[in-house]
Amino acid sequence: MAALRPGRKTLLPVLCRTFTGRGCQLAPERGTERRDVAPSRISRFCPPRKSCHDWIGPPDKYSNLRPVHFYIPENESPLEQKLRELRQETQEWNQQFWANQNLTFHKEKEEFIHSRLKAKGPGLRAESGQKATLNAEEMADFYKEFLSKNFRKHMCYNRDWYRRNFAITFFMGKVALDRIRKKLRLKQKKTSS
Amino acid sequence: MAPSPHTLSARLLTGWGGGCVWYLERSAVWESPHRLARLLRSRSKQWIAFQHCTFLRRMYVTQLSRSLNQQAKPKPEPVAPPFLEKTALGEAKDEIYEMRPLSPPSLSVPRKPNEKELMELECTAVTEDSMAVGKETKEEKQWKEMKLSVDDLPGILARLSKIKLTALVVSTTSAGFALAPEPFAWPCFLLTTLGTGLASCAANSINQFFEVPFDSNMNRTKNRPLVRGQISPLLAVSFAACCAVPGVALLTWGVNPLTGALGVFNIFLYTCCYTPLKRVSIANTWVGAVVGAIPPVMGWTAATGSLDAGAFLLGGILYCWQFPHFNALSWGLREDYSRGGYCMMSVTHPALCRRVALRHCLALVALSAAAPALDVTTWTFPVIALPINLYISYLGFRFYRDADRKSSRKLFFCSLWHLPLLLLLMLSCKRPPAGSSGAGEPPS
Repeated sequence: MAALRPGRKTLLPVLCRTFTGRGCQLAPERGTERRDVAPSRISRFCPPRKSCHDWIGPPDKYSNLRPVHFYIPENESPLEQKLRELRQETQEWNQQFWANQNLTFHKEKEEFIHSRLKAKGPGLRAESGQKATLNAEEMADFYKEFLSKNFRKHMCYNRDWYRRNFAITFFMGKVALDRIRKKLRLKQKKTSS
Repeated sequence: MAPSPHTLSARLLTGWGGGCVWYLERSAVWESPHRLARLLRSRSKQWIAFQHCTFLRRMYVTQLSRSLNQQAKPKPEPVAPPFLEKTALGEAKDEIYEMRPLSPPSLSVPRKPNEKELMELECTAVTEDSMAVGKETKEEKQWKEMKLSVDDLPGILARLSKIKLTALVVSTTSAGFALAPEPFAWPCFLLTTLGTGLASCAANSINQFFEVPFDSNMNRTKNRPLVRGQISPLLAVSFAACCAVPGVALLTWGVNPLTGALGVFNIFLYTCCYTPLKRVSIANTWVGAVVGAIPPVMGWTAATGSLDAGAFLLGGILYCWQFPHFNALSWGLREDYSRGGYCMMSVTHPALCRRVALRHCLALVALSAAAPALDVTTWTFPVIALPINLYISYLGFRFYRDADRKSSRKLFFCSLWHLPLLLLLMLSCKRPPAGSSGAGEPPS
């Protein structure tokens, strides 16, 4: 197992705390010590035993994001564990944000349509014999209002998303280099023995 | 989706293209070998442009019909809100989109879905309802192992790099190269197109890397490789680096430093300015138009080594074209943009969106007239380009006035064939170099 210098061991928890501690719409901080946590909020999917890869599921009904079930290898290094936990935590944070966002959007859209149709008058339904509708141009007012109302929320989300994305990719790179180094060391041992 | 616009334009193009090829063949037989070589070169370029136009049509028609079909797909949940949306024209089923009934009754009370609550709900559903168990197993079957196979990699990388868009970018670069007033040099041309293609692949990959959660939430983009987990972010970034470095190196040392610098600048502009700006301000559309304008300028500078008026003219034409193209496209995506948090004119400033599209259609007419004045083309060009420029301006006016889905789609589809055709006409009317003699002049 790769021995980490003391300074590095504190980096990932600090990063994790930074992400969960700040921002506007972040999930409440989850403990980073859980290893056998359910991979996603809803699915009870279990990958086959012999698989040693992550598994990705269908898009979530609320957030439209695909949940990932992270594989935990037996000889997981501390760096790999930190990466997996960061990815897990980011996934949960993302799922919550988008589920909330989409639910809010649809709820407010319904309310908007309801109020507009009410303002139009009750006669429409009887006249046309069909369900009352709002055309795309009338909906445009709602889209504009919704976008401006959520602007600050999106700014916070964007900033945090970019940070997390970079951090995850950076640690993926570190883990990959780590694995290459281990393989090379093993090869060296084999050739020398 | 109305089948007539694109089939009509395809038929027109086939007829025009076929006529063009016949004319070229005939004239090639009678002209001198020197002019024959020039004609053959321009013919091959025109053929490439024509082919690009046909697959352009296929690509956009397929994508658009896919997204429209997705919107029309009925949702199976029993709790359906009572309202349906319909456009003013009531155009068939693909115009009606149902409100997604996302929340079962028990979830509608809290605004934020609580994890514990959801887990409890899930438990009761599974234990009490056997049909829910059946659904669960079906959902489990949709889980896929995130194992990258070498066979799938080319297809995945092609989608990651938006290979079709890259091909279009490369064809505008080729047009810039061909229109430059220099003798056509194949080695330089190939290096330029390859370098530009690689730079475009890199920029597109980084764009997708940044936008994973947003792409997941939009119908148009939800099947991208990173969204589907077919490739890891690390691999996407590595691929981008492996394209950007050789691409820029090819342009800088294989062509000239000016083209290389433009390539780097364009990658930076697209990934670090346009992509984040999409979520901050409507200014992103103008930045994006510059991004689209740079490739033909790169083609020109690759051939000439300098930024002449002709380069700016070509860049200007591409810049102006972006607005009717994109503004019309974005008109039908307002719901997705609003929900996803994208700042687009079509959502925040709809009147501006339509005004800008019309303005730039008219600017295309002006720029086409400027082409012969700047010695890029002969005076034939603005005359023969006038019909198509007037037509797109007319559709731009209709979009400005009517502001509905039908006019926006007409304008968008027109923009798809307008640009390749305009570039084709420019190529065919290219001003011959000052030294060459006309057919009628006697040799001295």
